[in-house]
Amino acid sequence: MREAFAGTMSRLIEEDPRTALVLADISAAAFEPVALKHPDRVRNVGIREQLMIGVAGGLALTGLRPVAHSYATFLIDRAYEQIKLDLAHQGVGAVLVSVGASYDGSTAGYTHMSPMDVQLIDTLPGWTVHVPGHPGEVAPLLAAAMPHDDPVYLRLSAQVNDIAYADAHLLRPVRHGSGALVVAVGPMLAPVLEATRGLDVTVAYTHTPRPFDTAGLRALAGSGNVALVEPYLAGTSAHVVSEALADRPHRLLSLGVGRVDLHAYGTPADHARAHGLDPAGLRTALTTWL
Amino acid sequence: MAVIEVEPLLTRLTGDEKHAPSAYSTLDVLWVLYDRVLRVDPRHPDDPDRDRFLLSKGHGPAAYYAVLAAKGFFPPDWLDDLAGADSPLGHHPDRLRVPGVEISSGSLGHGLGLGVGTALGLRAQGRLAPRVYVLLGDAELDEGSNHEAIAYAGATGLDTVTALVIDNQSASHGWPGGIASRFAVHGWTAVTVDGRDHDAIAAGLAQAREGAPHVVVARVEQKGS
Repeated sequence: MREAFAGTMSRLIEEDPRTALVLADISAAAFEPVALKHPDRVRNVGIREQLMIGVAGGLALTGLRPVAHSYATFLIDRAYEQIKLDLAHQGVGAVLVSVGASYDGSTAGYTHMSPMDVQLIDTLPGWTVHVPGHPGEVAPLLAAAMPHDDPVYLRLSAQVNDIAYADAHLLRPVRHGSGALVVAVGPMLAPVLEATRGLDVTVAYTHTPRPFDTAGLRALAGSGNVALVEPYLAGTSAHVVSEALADRPHRLLSLGVGRVDLHAYGTPADHARAHGLDPAGLRTALTTWL
Repeated sequence: MAVIEVEPLLTRLTGDEKHAPSAYSTLDVLWVLYDRVLRVDPRHPDDPDRDRFLLSKGHGPAAYYAVLAAKGFFPPDWLDDLAGADSPLGHHPDRLRVPGVEISSGSLGHGLGLGVGTALGLRAQGRLAPRVYVLLGDAELDEGSNHEAIAYAGATGLDTVTALVIDNQSASHGWPGGIASRFAVHGWTAVTVDGRDHDAIAAGLAQAREGAPHVVVARVEQKGS
């Protein structure tokens, strides 16, 4: 996904004079060719994430469409107040593009993980959040984020599904059943499909949890049993689902990354297992709940 | 209109006793900017080629409001209901509610980063005439975000940026060697002036040179003195 971002972003800078990119050293080498051609619109501010967001806000104030990019933990966690004040409170937007989703950086440890990024962004109104599950979804999502001025968070992961569903802005049924609705966000689709094999459930996929497709949820949640499987903090979208189904009896199971700092290294697969997000863990959680 | 005529406007702003010293500490610098330096037009506050003035030191904006009212950006009547439920004017300014206000500020350490981005955005669009002025306080420089902006603007020679630092010696641990040296070491041109002397402030601002960002440190009475 990171390569898809670098290629698409470089092309967008070439094509659209309104587009600007702000980096804080991360991925700078990938953008060196386009930075040499467009030094005014591709700026590497060094390892200065607060400044990166401040600069994005300033660029937006002059009418440009800024994209800011770094590891999720530096881009979102570290610069949260800048996101809140230098963008939203100024009445301007930007496209924030992260890598290092949740436990993608597991061998680097907790300093390089941000399972809370989407929940932090969700404290701010009006954001669109894209969580692609396949590299093929990255280019169209990024390109669609450029022509307007609204705030967009594009969360790239090293975890990927087998198939790209570029049109999954709304809940897209991938498997039909008569029982519960299982919603898989972004790269959780692959383990969810494996975990639900042989179960009489509907599996629906989206790469865009904000705004959440509440109409689609209401249409698909026939039984009232909804399991939400997200690749970031468990329960991040629970409030949206609860509000969408407030007028009817329903049960909600929220699965995702736990809040605990495991103080553990290992592979992303090890961390998926530790958080119960591998196919076996998901199947146990779902069958127990069903 | 002279600055003495702004003071009645300033006294119409009530209810902000805590921040009064910081309000008065900026009055002379603001007046020099709006009366002699900034190319801004209250009839066209959104002209893309205007100079930008960013009040980073957003607390105690009474002098700012008084100067904006004096220059016709909004009716002086607005000054009589500071921070009222329906008032556009609060104890920290809001760019979405006040004509002529470039940034919503209050939390310290945001203006210089926004100013750097604004300068870069103007340059990228071929708008080479506007300058970007950012007003900060000496205690505000404690914020690490300012150091990110100072180092980057200096390293890249961002010469359309001018910082103004009101030095009322309110930083808890002070700035040994003086504030100007902290900018100069990062490649800024820097001058320290008497923050009550209008000609000295204007002369200090005029010392901006091509190839480097510029800072004017305006010394005023110590806070609380």
